[in-house]
Amino acid sequence: MTKFTFTEKKDTRSGFGVGLHELGKSNPNVVALCADLIGSLKMGDFKKEFPDRFFQVGIAEANMMGLAAGLTIGGKIPFTGTFANFSTGRVYDQIRQSIAYSHKNVKICASHAGVTLGEDGATHQILEDIGMMKMLPGMTVIVPCDYNQTKAATVALGNHHGPAYLRFGRPSWPIFMAPDRPFTIGKADKLIDGKDVSIFACGHMVWQAIEAEAALAEKGISAEVINIHTIKPLDVEAVLESVQKTGCAVTCEEHQINGGLGDSIAQVLSRHYPAPVEMVAVNDSFGESGTPTQLLKKYGLAPENIVSAVEKVIGRKK
Amino acid sequence: MSQPNLNQLEKLASQIRRDIVRMVHACQSGHPGGSLGCADYFVALYFHILKRNPGFSMDGTGEDIFFLSNGHISPVWYATLARAGYFDEKELATFRQLNSRLQGHPATHEGLPGIRVASGSLGQGLSVAIGAAQAKKLNNDNSLVYVLMGDGEQQEGQVWEAAMYAPHHKVDNLIATIDYNGQQIDGPVKDIMDLRDLKAKWEAFGWEVLEFNGNNMKEVVAGLERAKTFTGRGKPVVNLMRTEMGYGVDFMMHSHKWHGVAPNDEQLEKALAQLEETLGDY
Repeated sequence: MTKFTFTEKKDTRSGFGVGLHELGKSNPNVVALCADLIGSLKMGDFKKEFPDRFFQVGIAEANMMGLAAGLTIGGKIPFTGTFANFSTGRVYDQIRQSIAYSHKNVKICASHAGVTLGEDGATHQILEDIGMMKMLPGMTVIVPCDYNQTKAATVALGNHHGPAYLRFGRPSWPIFMAPDRPFTIGKADKLIDGKDVSIFACGHMVWQAIEAEAALAEKGISAEVINIHTIKPLDVEAVLESVQKTGCAVTCEEHQINGGLGDSIAQVLSRHYPAPVEMVAVNDSFGESGTPTQLLKKYGLAPENIVSAVEKVIGRKK
Repeated sequence: MSQPNLNQLEKLASQIRRDIVRMVHACQSGHPGGSLGCADYFVALYFHILKRNPGFSMDGTGEDIFFLSNGHISPVWYATLARAGYFDEKELATFRQLNSRLQGHPATHEGLPGIRVASGSLGQGLSVAIGAAQAKKLNNDNSLVYVLMGDGEQQEGQVWEAAMYAPHHKVDNLIATIDYNGQQIDGPVKDIMDLRDLKAKWEAFGWEVLEFNGNNMKEVVAGLERAKTFTGRGKPVVNLMRTEMGYGVDFMMHSHKWHGVAPNDEQLEKALAQLEETLGDY
């Protein structure tokens, strides 16, 4: 299988910006809205080339969600852009009623998710958004792992019908997915084959899992690494196929332990194939200011935390 | 149907008021007060003002479209849609019942023709209407977008986010209307959370503000016709429409008490005695 390495780092939000710009060129119905964060969301190129299809909303996220729902009536495909916190928690009821329940084709694009937002601290580091969004009936939830995959996911959303949440982040991060690697919404992507444990990861944590896998290999543990970029709808078949082989699972996400990827995997396993699961996630706490690396370490999201979780879960196998 | 005259519009309004009271009575829940107060507006809108295509399409391309933001007055909207031919009047009997397309608050989920977005959680409809108006502009579709809000609803912050946005973006193919009846669930609006000078507020946000009496058919038609003449002039239009909650049924008027209460059998009879059956009950 491919060996995953990187020579360059880039923020996933830049992948979104490039993907959106490409979509703008290929699909005249794609429109974009931003709540005073064009620079942070990397929406500048789209705005520059398609000023008539770009709507500056100001610092008014609730209105932005309603506008987006309205723009779909008339066939537009709106992509909203703001921080993940303001894309979800701040506007949950607007998303619930005007977008999800009304089944509007709105793409909610959310940057600066998780603790890797860094120095701005806990007010902005949302760790509950995956849970909130996946609970909404009919909502697709995508958490891509690097710049290339964020770009691919953005482009894929242009051809997807229905409400969707796309979560990405702020920090510069390894680019380890090939730019031409196929991306299919709802289809898990197995990155490394293994037989002792299944590691399911999303977002920035996929790279952490790849680093953990190398450390585990040195200890003689064969870990399978699967990128669950689409948390909903979850690729149940891929999860079961892997765990039926390995007999246990570790989930990794930059999110609360409650309500995220780990919950989704545990639910599938408890219903269809009971097996030990350990979760690498933020343990029911808010974040704080710091550098992304410091925060990943302090909140238990470093590769060594994944290694420990793997050793623990393997020990629980019957 | 050819354009109805004033007398025919008034007859439609009377029948729709009967429909409202009967619907709310049948399921012993729902919101008769605001529905009765807005019956003249709905009739004028659907039978005189809106440029409508036959049938229903979600996109509403090439036709005027309407959004109801204060979704709790769904009875008047459903009755109007049925009487305007969007679905069979008999379906009004299913209002608020299990497996009905006529949900307590309007929804798209069950595919009821005429509804383009769910509403009920207040404050959201103006934003949606503005988005739809901007989509029309992008599509070079010169038809108009209408939206109705409640006056109590003006207490929601999102209304003012949207109010600030539309003039900034010159959304001038939009006619908003506020049902200015001065009542909300807990009591008179001025006691619950005074809106003070609502006209001055909307003017300060950059809207063309018009006023008319919403319980006089001639004035409603004239008011909405006048509002149309202000479209296409670089700013959005809002009508402050004075109505009486419960209009048409004497014991439901001059109070907030019938905002969300259903009449009992005896009250139903008393109400129906005041509302002429002009087109046949459903």
